[in-house]
Amino acid sequence: MTLHEVVEVVQGTVICGRENLSREIHLGFASDLMSDVLTLLADDILLITGLSNNQAIRTAEMSDILQILFVRNKQPTKTMIDLAIEHEITIITTPYSMFRASGLLFNHGLKPVY
Amino acid sequence: MHISYQVQAGDFSNAGNVSSNIKKILKQLNFHPSLIKRIIIALYEAEVNVVAHSYGGEVVCNIAPDTVIIVVTDTGPGIPDLSLAMTEGWSTATAEVREMGFGAGMGLANIRKNADELTIDTGANQPTSITMHFSVSTEVKNEP
Repeated sequence: MTLHEVVEVVQGTVICGRENLSREIHLGFASDLMSDVLTLLADDILLITGLSNNQAIRTAEMSDILQILFVRNKQPTKTMIDLAIEHEITIITTPYSMFRASGLLFNHGLKPVY
Repeated sequence: MHISYQVQAGDFSNAGNVSSNIKKILKQLNFHPSLIKRIIIALYEAEVNVVAHSYGGEVVCNIAPDTVIIVVTDTGPGIPDLSLAMTEGWSTATAEVREMGFGAGMGLANIRKNADELTIDTGANQPTSITMHFSVSTEVKNEP
């Protein structure tokens, strides 16, 4: 599915990286634990997290993840947004819970990493 | 190429800066993307460890055409029981570290998984030094 479809499905708001909404993604991984994200080998991942701090963006950068969905209406800080723009990471926020957002995206074809 | 960076203890807002800089350099040198990912994941885990657990330290990176060697050294307080610390799920992380999304006891195990060779020198009330070797031949190097 495209990031544009992700935004529609989760009633999301695009915070940065709007120019990348036509990007196709195939895998999703939901976690507030960045240690777990760092164990993933796949690159083409939508990171679904409620952890809204610099380390969420840094973890995405180090893991070659180019899109993050912040759930539970968590809002990134300006520092996080600047960091995301620097590394061409798209940030989307949703008011939905992690469970609801993940379930909806799964139903629309997003596959789990494992 | 030899580069070194200081890492401040407890400075979570800047944790990852060193790994980010080294990642840029490795990309400019056109190393294979999967090699860069292995190096950077291991380095980032080690950098976060220095920020989260130590009194501060430094990262020294030696880049050669066939090998990348990264040494991460801190000034203590050391790891009293290394085999316990290498066990997945075991952690001494503070609540602050856990709030950052770390402290699950995965870091050293993940470093071991990503590095081709790993040496750790440590002990109670001693500095900790982690030496990570990455062999370029593990992946095919991209030619410019």
